[in-house]
Amino acid sequence: MTELLSGNEAIAQGAWEAGATIGVAYPGTPSTEAMESFASKEGVYAEWCPNEKVALEVGIGACAGGLRVLATMKHVGVNVAADPLFTASYTGVNGGLVILAADDPGMHSSQNEQDSRFYALAARIPMMEPADSQEALAFTRDAFGLSERFDVPFMVRSTVRISHAKTLVETGGRVEPAPKDYATDPAKWVMMPVFAKLRREVQDMRVASLQEWVESCPYNEAFLRDPARGIVCAGASYQHVVEAFPDASVFKLGVAWPLPAAALKRFADAVEALYVIEEASDYLSSQVKALGIAVSEPPNQLPPAGELTPQIICQAFGAAPAQALEAPAGLPTRPPALCPGCPHRLVFKELARIKAIVAGDIGCYTLGAFPPLSAMDTCVDMGASISMAHGFELAFAGTPGRRPVVGVIGDSTFAHSGLSSLMNTAYNQGTGTVAILDNRTTAMTGRQGNPFNGETLQGRPTRELDLEAVVGALGIADVHTVDPFDMRAVRTSLKEAVAHDALSVLIFKAPCVLVEKAQGTPVHVDGSCTDCGVCTSLGCPAISRDEQAGQARIDRGLCVGCGQCEQYCAFSAIQKDVEEEGEGA
Amino acid sequence: MTLSQTYTARAGTRGLAQDLGGAGATPVTVLLCGVGGQGTILAADLLARTAQEAGYQVKLSEVHGMAQRGGAVTTVVRFGSSVASMVTDPGCADHIIAFETTEALRNLPFLKAGGDLLVNDETIRPLTALTGKVAMPSEAASTLKGLGARLVSATRVAEGLGNAKCSNIVLLGALAKDLGMDETLWERQIEKRVPARFTAMNIAAFRAGLAYDSDEGGKATLS
Repeated sequence: MTELLSGNEAIAQGAWEAGATIGVAYPGTPSTEAMESFASKEGVYAEWCPNEKVALEVGIGACAGGLRVLATMKHVGVNVAADPLFTASYTGVNGGLVILAADDPGMHSSQNEQDSRFYALAARIPMMEPADSQEALAFTRDAFGLSERFDVPFMVRSTVRISHAKTLVETGGRVEPAPKDYATDPAKWVMMPVFAKLRREVQDMRVASLQEWVESCPYNEAFLRDPARGIVCAGASYQHVVEAFPDASVFKLGVAWPLPAAALKRFADAVEALYVIEEASDYLSSQVKALGIAVSEPPNQLPPAGELTPQIICQAFGAAPAQALEAPAGLPTRPPALCPGCPHRLVFKELARIKAIVAGDIGCYTLGAFPPLSAMDTCVDMGASISMAHGFELAFAGTPGRRPVVGVIGDSTFAHSGLSSLMNTAYNQGTGTVAILDNRTTAMTGRQGNPFNGETLQGRPTRELDLEAVVGALGIADVHTVDPFDMRAVRTSLKEAVAHDALSVLIFKAPCVLVEKAQGTPVHVDGSCTDCGVCTSLGCPAISRDEQAGQARIDRGLCVGCGQCEQYCAFSAIQKDVEEEGEGA
Repeated sequence: MTLSQTYTARAGTRGLAQDLGGAGATPVTVLLCGVGGQGTILAADLLARTAQEAGYQVKLSEVHGMAQRGGAVTTVVRFGSSVASMVTDPGCADHIIAFETTEALRNLPFLKAGGDLLVNDETIRPLTALTGKVAMPSEAASTLKGLGARLVSATRVAEGLGNAKCSNIVLLGALAKDLGMDETLWERQIEKRVPARFTAMNIAAFRAGLAYDSDEGGKATLS
């Protein structure tokens, strides 16, 4: 059957066709839909885990137990999972284990641009690199059998332009291999030095057999056309290369590690000049050079960062860009913004008001860094808010007149790795304030379940962890749950928390406006508005300044009637609309 | 090239692949742009599936995540007898379908010389402009008209049909007029992808877009 599938949907389909029965993940753009799609299929169990390390460990356990397992994560999630990943390359597998690493060249929704192929090289885990959805399906499907054949996890690397591109796919049926028997085997699974040293030798022998396999596997293809220019590439870059130079000779890699040394050398011998084209990385060029192959540089350098396009490649080889119009100068930028009715808004407004140093974290609330809220000092990685706030506190200890330090983290990020950071602050008698913005969901990636909202991936009944009790169990005495829509409560709680040195935790608890989709009565601005600008400083997309009227204006199509702005108007000029009969039919 | 220089070469220019000696069958490239929440992603999906039903190879590329929170959104759909890249480049989009005037201006560089620019005559001020810190472009609509854009009052037409959220489908109808794929293929995809209770309204929106005559001063004609 031909279907139009995204790369993520195709990866899920491939895993399902291969008979994978277990799926484990933490959501992260651009990987999220792979596990959501897998979870929706017949005959599988899938769960969101608090973080990628836990997910991969659950996956290694299930594969040791004899089942085929799909683990999915974004590139920075692989960092979190790197600890089990490197040693899983020693233990190997029982049932097949396939790990998706979804990279984000161009940083559309990430804090860095790292290339997961370096993980394959470093951990010595073979990695498939599909160039469209059809390959995403086929490579993932085949990777399960290969994982079992070579007794090693297989990685599949995608990028935004694979995961979030839809292309036509031939789907197939599911095979259902019998679960493999599990037998206690400490020499394989207990990685203490005495056994690990032996498994290291197994790994070396496995790498040798993978290197032999990769020379003739069907996933790498050499297209010998015009010999003047031979291009080595993989993934989305391959598609851009074909678009740019349909007549060039191309070596298309479907396995990013290990590289087929002999086949690449044959290709290099068959072309007059060999080029490597890849995005935001020098993984491939450095590895091809390491094989002793001479790599030519295009006359103009390819950009070292960001995504490639056909035209960027053409220009590197000296072609003039296509004739194009220019956009008018000075267009207003359109960065994303916190939604109207977002429960995070007032916390950032009040943090700015007290001039706090805000150690931020990863999620929708990172948008609190943008004007007009402009209330974030740092954002590094998941969980870093709390640990960095502790670090700031150490740096400023005893400094007179210092600014207060507040770590700000979401509920899902707190579960991911903020909990261990908070444990550290508590254990080391740290000071300062931690604000947990509990919007009852993993909002930025599309509202997934997490341990604190008590929703599981496949809708199974579960427990909902009590955030206040969890924090209290760390021995932190000053813990309060605050209504983030109540300006006075937000202001007072922050003021009190930063007034003393003891560690305080404030839980600002209210559901994401997209979860409840609660539509309150919209508000409007009446004649008493003085155009003071305070309401627009909340950064609500529904509020604007009408310069001609000299008043604030509220877009009733966007306003959800959350009541936040009303509390900031000193002139009571923001009023609830009077409900009209039959409106909104 | 600047805005005032508009198109000097509407005919006779070739696509990038052709310029580089590629195969003749250059795919059609449609860039959809707008603001998160305007329904660009659904519109792009319907376009891609209709092209698939029409027998073409098709690729659609979009960006999720942070951009969804009211940020600028672009999606690229390419279809033809074969399609390699899933993205487009400045000067290479055969059609731009803009759900908002500022985004139309922002994405002008992507339009191929002689390409079609279809714009929803609606302006959504970004947060930077709402707070009065940055000025909006003056006379965006007339600038776009001067460039040969077809302006469609899609939001007004959709409101007239009872739901402003259908403006994406009105625009899709207006685009369908330019693409020449059988209208029953489009309507079948709308029926498949839109929840049943909204099907009739979306079909009406599609037909209103198809029948829309922008020279008639924004009056929609229902078929």
